[in-house]
Amino acid sequence: MSAADTTTPAKVPPQRQAPPPGPPPRPRRPASAKGGATTPWLLLAPCLLILAGVMGYPLVRLVTLSFQKFGQSQLWGFKEPESVGFDNFSKVLGDGDFWQVVLRTVVFTAGAVVFTMVLGMLIALLLQRVSGWVKTLINIALVASWGMPVIVATTVFKWLFDADYGILNALISKLPGVDLIGHNWFASGPEGLAVIMLLVVWGAVPFVVITLSAGLTQVPAELEEAARLDGAGSWGVFRYVTLPVLKPVIVMLTTLSVIWDMGVFPQVFVMRNGHPEAQFQLLTTYSYDRAFVVNDYAQGSAIALITVVLLLGVVAVYMRQMLKIGEVE
Amino acid sequence: MTSTASPARRTSKAGWNILGLLVAATAGFPVYWMLDTAIKPAKDAIDPDPSLLPTGFTLDNFSRAFDIADFWGPVGRSLVVSLSVVLIGVVVGMLAALAISRFAFRGRKIVIVGILAVQMVPLVAMIIPVFLLLNDLHQYDKLTGLIITYLTFILPFTVWTLRGFIVNIPRELEEAAMVDGCSRTGAFVRVVFPLLAPGMVATSVYGFIQAWNEYLYALMLLSQENQTATVWLGNFTTKHGTEYAPMMAGATMMAVPIVVLFLLVQRKMAAGLTAGAVKG
Repeated sequence: MSAADTTTPAKVPPQRQAPPPGPPPRPRRPASAKGGATTPWLLLAPCLLILAGVMGYPLVRLVTLSFQKFGQSQLWGFKEPESVGFDNFSKVLGDGDFWQVVLRTVVFTAGAVVFTMVLGMLIALLLQRVSGWVKTLINIALVASWGMPVIVATTVFKWLFDADYGILNALISKLPGVDLIGHNWFASGPEGLAVIMLLVVWGAVPFVVITLSAGLTQVPAELEEAARLDGAGSWGVFRYVTLPVLKPVIVMLTTLSVIWDMGVFPQVFVMRNGHPEAQFQLLTTYSYDRAFVVNDYAQGSAIALITVVLLLGVVAVYMRQMLKIGEVE
Repeated sequence: MTSTASPARRTSKAGWNILGLLVAATAGFPVYWMLDTAIKPAKDAIDPDPSLLPTGFTLDNFSRAFDIADFWGPVGRSLVVSLSVVLIGVVVGMLAALAISRFAFRGRKIVIVGILAVQMVPLVAMIIPVFLLLNDLHQYDKLTGLIITYLTFILPFTVWTLRGFIVNIPRELEEAAMVDGCSRTGAFVRVVFPLLAPGMVATSVYGFIQAWNEYLYALMLLSQENQTATVWLGNFTTKHGTEYAPMMAGATMMAVPIVVLFLLVQRKMAAGLTAGAVKG
């Protein structure tokens, strides 16, 4: 899923520092004796069955595929897929293009994540300082952009950045000495990807702002006050009080953003009319391209697998945080 | 900041407010521009010196959007897919959520870790094997195939969210009902379920939005004749010489219901989830 969609308030990080108002936490729930051990498994069965069938099996297939030769003739069943060992991987890893794609993906992801987090933090801090009505306005704008379907957002950005009639070129050209009328933002890869990054950041910032705002309300005012009395400036208070308190939330948001931004697909795909040029390829589109355009499903799988492996480290950090807070007992 | 602010403070507040307005304007601009382009006459949309304010009101762009490609077919298919996914997802997810929140059993932790982990698998990476699997099962270009596929990304999230809502319902309530003679199932249906209903509605709406917005799988698993609403909008761009005004009208029709739904549940979701996470 991409950043703009919101799979994950599911993981809205909790505010652990201050206990929530309301009843004190109940004691650990007692193990429920009734029902025995079969009931929970019966309840879980349909869910696990679906996940195993449509997630587990393809996941295994993804791995096996990447060690096979699998093209058109195997797809139509004319030939049995044959095992080729590490051939696909050595081909992929030996390809200069691939490394360029990896580099591009890493730069793109890092850029998008850093911008999202920094902007999100700045806006969250700003929200604390503005009057109520401005806050409402900002919140409306944020939630509206958060709720926009990715495809809609992508088409809108396409229109904003249109070479001939895009409002952006017209506005920028109003600045003295600048003439961008007819400027094609997608003529070069880096510039086009910067626009796509902007789109991703625009879609991702609201979630970060709203989560961080909730986190900021949990920063004890006395702590900030004390730091100020001890002579800390605004930066000092932020650096030594606010930031440490927010750390778990920030770790969570950053890992999620990395996972999402590495998975960016429709934004690039639709922006480039379904045929991203070589200089626009990210790992996701590259894998897609190998499989469905070149019809080498095995190599596509190998690339997808490499992407997943690259993400594993980040996922591990995320899961650890999640289990610390969510699970529990 | 208190209301008894000094003049210096007031000026700094004004500064922050101006900055805040700029932020709101920038963040909201794409949405505004979409609406503005959708309702203004198509010829004003391609004015070389565009006006930032609405220049008129017309519904021509909307009717043009209907003409360019069949609109209701894709929307109908999207509705069928999203509603089925949500219905199945909530029922199946509910059962699983009950299991992991109300029962202690061996392997519970592994199940939880598994469900969380599944959620982290990038869907884009799975498109190749899922495509091959559905191809083998002769489910390519069938709505049922897409529904089953969407379930895998709706389910983990549904289970996790519902778990959060269930955990917030004191189990004492259930126990009291059981003391009063209810069976375990009876206690659930009469006590837990009513309390859970708002959370279930929010989760369903949320799942609906996810399914409705999905693009890649809809594109890959269905042929052109069976495309869904997102693919319909994406295809607007493939025509030579895109007509942006009708495209923005199409975008508006896609976005407005979803944004409204999103506004309705966003607060509820965040609240329920956070609380659930804290209380565990």
